[in-house]
Amino acid sequence: MSRMTYRIFKDKMAGSVMAALTLAAILLVVVMAMELCVKSAPILRHYSLWTLLTESQWKPMKGEFGFLPFLAGTFWCTVVAIVLALPVSLLMAVYLTEYARPQLRTYAYPLLDILAGLPSVIYGVWGSLLIVPWISHTVAPFADRQSSGYTVLAGGIVLGVMILPLLISLFMELFANVSQNLHEASTALGATRWQTVKHVVLRQSAPGMMAAIVLALSRTMGETIAVLMVCGNLIIIPNSLLDACYPIPALIANNYGEMLSVPMYESALMLAAFLLFILVVMMNIGSRIILKRFRS
Amino acid sequence: MNKLPFYEEKLVKALMYLSVLIVAYCVVSVVGTILQRGLPVLSWQMVSEVPGGGFFIGGKGGFLNAIVGSLYIVGGSTILGLLIALPVVFYLNVYLKPTSRFAAIARLAFDALFGIPSIVYGAFAFTLMVAVGMRASLLGGIIVVTIMIVPMLIRSMDEVAKNIPHGLLESSYSLGSTRIETIGIVLRQIAPAIATATLLSIGRAIGDCAGVMFTAGFSDHIPTSLSQQAATLPLCVFYQLTAPQQSVQDRAYAAAVVLTLIVLVLSLGGRLIMSHFNKNKV
Repeated sequence: MSRMTYRIFKDKMAGSVMAALTLAAILLVVVMAMELCVKSAPILRHYSLWTLLTESQWKPMKGEFGFLPFLAGTFWCTVVAIVLALPVSLLMAVYLTEYARPQLRTYAYPLLDILAGLPSVIYGVWGSLLIVPWISHTVAPFADRQSSGYTVLAGGIVLGVMILPLLISLFMELFANVSQNLHEASTALGATRWQTVKHVVLRQSAPGMMAAIVLALSRTMGETIAVLMVCGNLIIIPNSLLDACYPIPALIANNYGEMLSVPMYESALMLAAFLLFILVVMMNIGSRIILKRFRS
Repeated sequence: MNKLPFYEEKLVKALMYLSVLIVAYCVVSVVGTILQRGLPVLSWQMVSEVPGGGFFIGGKGGFLNAIVGSLYIVGGSTILGLLIALPVVFYLNVYLKPTSRFAAIARLAFDALFGIPSIVYGAFAFTLMVAVGMRASLLGGIIVVTIMIVPMLIRSMDEVAKNIPHGLLESSYSLGSTRIETIGIVLRQIAPAIATATLLSIGRAIGDCAGVMFTAGFSDHIPTSLSQQAATLPLCVFYQLTAPQQSVQDRAYAAAVVLTLIVLVLSLGGRLIMSHFNKNKV
């Protein structure tokens, strides 16, 4: 009997240890939010959030903290990335799920794996070796402009390539979940394959596609090293694709850890991290909830 | 008969071929550019020696410090990560019912954690380290990378563990085992998932740059204790790429090749395991 009680005790004990581990992992989200919030409180006490977000002067030495250039940088890089990546990934996902022979899929997956697995610093090196000179020598003269190549466009292209595998795999999962009956009904009505895709598959998975795009957006917003290496990092609000920009993650990476004796500098950088955290977590949770509904 | 839908079909199909070509070109271009620039300057000296005097101003030596630093951080964080992730996955799928509220919240939290950018993890961990009086060190790097890969490990193992047939667990219970004693069965069922999740997380851990930037620091020496700063491959690439000297830049490109090759092996290995290692599947 005592052996029995020991086994039950062991079972319960292991259960509570594992519950504690799980709880700790969940609490990490809360702890991160609180820590970042506390650290960014000093600057929020001095300036209102609205002024910080809409002011365009960033001179920490003079106590001017305007986040607008960084917000604009992140915004434009993200927009360019999604505009470039969306059509390519959409067409590729449709092709792989609706048109391609299964054999081709087995060749495509390893390629996507590689693209998804490459570290961001490698994309940064690629961008600075290939994309930046290309923009500087080909695109800029074509648009009748002078440009170093370290631009919003370079950041957008690099980010666009980085989110391709994520978008393609999410889209493929959505398309594969569209019921076969709908396919057959559409084909029986005489629709071509593309008509079926356009009117049935894409329409069925539209909300899920929105969620997938939001998820990809949240990925691009947090990407640091790759954009840092190709964006130019000038504190200006970019007026065109051929201007340099300075996204939020690059701001944190370049400045955190040094010059923290400047008043409120650390707090300002923490606020940047906090903004990033809130945006990314909200976009993530929202889109995951929608995607999950699609899976079941 | 209206021919328009057929022309549209042809056009779209051409665009699809084009998009497949674009994606394939991207892969070849990224890997090719790195190899083309880096392979000629990669030598045995580069991967087998720590930097000689004046690493950043040129001089002899390689980046063994970064390779070893990366291995330490990846090894430590993968082991720690698995020690945390395995019990959590087991708990979510065996102890909790599939309808459990707690499990749903936990899964959502891991989704959220998975999406948080590594720069935010880095900044967060650094403030904590400053608060407890820790300096940038190997230990700090291991901790932050562990925190980063745990959600990833949990999520990818959980995807598979969710599909374990309940009858399997129940037959184990009916033979008199307790829940914890079914662990052998669960582990055997998700073994391929553990392997692929581990490879995935190694890939992410070795490529992470922003997270270890503040927490692990950088050093020219191979760390001999947990409290010393450690160099990592991505930072080795990042810092030296901007150097004005050709010889230092060459090291960055050579390090980039090493990093790329490691990641290629990992991702292809993961595929291989997925396809050949499913023998215990019910």
